[in-house]
Amino acid sequence: MKTYLLPSLKLTVILLVILAGIYPLAIAAVGKLTPGHGDGQTIQYKGRTVGYANIGQKFTKDEYFWSRPSAVDYHADGSGGSNKGPSNPDYLKDVEKRIQDFMKHNPGVSRAEIPAELVTASGSGLDPDLSPAGAKVQVARIAHIRGISAERINNIVDAATEKPLLGLFGPAKVNVLKLNLALDQLKAKN
Amino acid sequence: MNTELTGVIFTYLLTLAIAIPLGVYIARMFRGDKTWLDFMAPLERFIFRFSGIDTKKEMNWKQHMFALLTINSVWLFYAFFCLLFQAHLPLNPDGNPNQTPDLAFNTAISFLVNCNLQDYSGESGATYFTQHFVIMFLQFVSAATGIAALFVLFKAFRDKVTDKLGNFWDFFVKSITRILLPLSVVTAIILAFNGTPTSYKGKDSFITLQGDTAHVSRGPAAAMIAIKHIGTNGGGWFGANSAHPLENPNYLTNTTELVAQVIIPIALVFALGFYLNKKKFAYVMFGVMTLGMLMLLIPTMNAEISGSPAIAKMGISQPTGAMEGKEVRFGPANTAYWNIVTTIISTGSVNSMHDSAMPVSGFMMMMAMMTNCFYGGCGVGILNFYIFIVIAVFISGLMVGRTPEFFGRKIEAREMKIASIIALLHPFIILVGTAVSSYVLVHMPNADWAVKPSSWLNNPGYHGFSEMLYQYTSSAANNGSGFEGLGDNNVFWNVSAGFVLLLGRFLPIIGPVAIAGILANKKFIPESAGTLKSDTSTFGIMVFAVILIVAALSFFPALALGPIAEHFSLK
Repeated sequence: MKTYLLPSLKLTVILLVILAGIYPLAIAAVGKLTPGHGDGQTIQYKGRTVGYANIGQKFTKDEYFWSRPSAVDYHADGSGGSNKGPSNPDYLKDVEKRIQDFMKHNPGVSRAEIPAELVTASGSGLDPDLSPAGAKVQVARIAHIRGISAERINNIVDAATEKPLLGLFGPAKVNVLKLNLALDQLKAKN
Repeated sequence: MNTELTGVIFTYLLTLAIAIPLGVYIARMFRGDKTWLDFMAPLERFIFRFSGIDTKKEMNWKQHMFALLTINSVWLFYAFFCLLFQAHLPLNPDGNPNQTPDLAFNTAISFLVNCNLQDYSGESGATYFTQHFVIMFLQFVSAATGIAALFVLFKAFRDKVTDKLGNFWDFFVKSITRILLPLSVVTAIILAFNGTPTSYKGKDSFITLQGDTAHVSRGPAAAMIAIKHIGTNGGGWFGANSAHPLENPNYLTNTTELVAQVIIPIALVFALGFYLNKKKFAYVMFGVMTLGMLMLLIPTMNAEISGSPAIAKMGISQPTGAMEGKEVRFGPANTAYWNIVTTIISTGSVNSMHDSAMPVSGFMMMMAMMTNCFYGGCGVGILNFYIFIVIAVFISGLMVGRTPEFFGRKIEAREMKIASIIALLHPFIILVGTAVSSYVLVHMPNADWAVKPSSWLNNPGYHGFSEMLYQYTSSAANNGSGFEGLGDNNVFWNVSAGFVLLLGRFLPIIGPVAIAGILANKKFIPESAGTLKSDTSTFGIMVFAVILIVAALSFFPALALGPIAEHFSLK
């Protein structure tokens, strides 16, 4: 055993320096050159930070596009999903409640028009996106409350829609924070 | 939907396009040929000189295993005590507390054995120090341990009668300097440029657009997320793992992480072929593994894209499939692909919550970990596969009435005993663990523990049973993903899973290396007309059948009680 113990200890020390010390510091140095300088990309509006570009935040007010339900209420210091199984009866009741809540706030919308992501919780609890359909189904409500034509709001949804990667791979999506900022800026212009 | 399918196909093709040349490179590096990473040589010499290691001393298989177990024991104690006292160590800007002894026990073992089961959340359960100096460190060295053990097998497979199988330290250090570290640097840089944080600043807070206060956990995550995938580890910086928008910001990083976790397992299959000059054998192996993957993948993709029948019944449209526990930016097809990739190769990182996946997907993910050899983890995947090869050779030998031989060596009673024990160990620890936990849950639901057994499960019925089965399967396969609804941060789960982790790691490494070591010392019999050819599709089918019978069928009763029952009750 002794033949191996001493080399094991020394090797552990030197590898700790290289792998846990130098390697992440080198990556941190490269990170300084990235758009968010390694701190995470933030979004500024009217001179203050209103959020992180990639991290979803809670939007529950009717004048904003709602973000998805979150199992952790968008607490970005404790991410997580609901971990509810598809056959869990309590979970299915929660979903039904969300559907009715959505229909109450969006009169005229039928069940078949509501895409699943608006009534299910995301994996991280911090999903920053909606599918384009998930945004469009909310347009009528926002147009009514803000007194802006549905057509103009549809236009900003289209403008905010991010195409699949290279137009070929993955789903299309809309960042809810950026969409709602565009909405506020629209009002400011009026 | 089409762009989602093209995304999956593109990701897989990109994986192969990188993995095959990487396999050539690994074979060349291992043979000692010139490679473009030779500039690492001075660093390696420095490491060896500092550690007092003479890499010219060749070891037999037992000495290899002694070295492996000694250094792994050192890491276990080191990791356990760091986690136990992490609050008092430096680099803790968020002021996170010490881990409890049972949690530290589980966490230290879990990362030591390349599993990365996490009974804590990264935001609150670890500090920047332990994330880097314990967790990320173990992610490198545990992956290198697996690769080094596989290299012993490579040496033993040569047409040479010998007990000299190279030097463990040499294999181990070069796995890091020539494979893991360079690939991690590239991956980490891609992640950093796409928004994964790299700085050591602690939590941030701000006021959201609609006026709420929000706190954001950050930290130097990119470096760790890179090796977490390159080394098929899977333990995340944040609680939500690669579903977290900082850990996996967009489709490009998702593709990067998917490719990163599969390239080494696939490359090692080809490296074996190139190194031993048995390319056809490598193709057969790759074919069997790919067939296994597709059989798991296609039903999973179908189930996730079709969506939940229970949600459909409520009249909700599911154009993007089943969305509970999933992220919009990845979509259901890609998420299903990730589900299977992460379970076949023992990464265990997740980009969705597996607990909320459809029952068919849950079945396939558990089956992936129960077979645990379709590509498999860094190094250990092929070690597991080798056990099935030995059994297949033996059975086919009996069927045609010839002495079973593999690569010119007779397989006899001793080797078969080892192979059988290792093959049966996996179902044994999974099923016994699940049986014990089910017994405790049913017979002592209100035991006076910190967490009562009655509150372990997050879901009732069949799905609750699946949560327990999944936990032990993931532990035994050293996978690390979970049905995370399970309340696993308590003494019962931390400790029982900890022991399953240890058994599921070291015996399946020692067993195959022992067989290979013993075989290498036997007389070499040149191929003749009577030799069972191991590089034909017939033999591939034979191996596949053995995997199906040994691994899959032993689990069928347990699976019938969990995901299968749930599937048929879900309407």
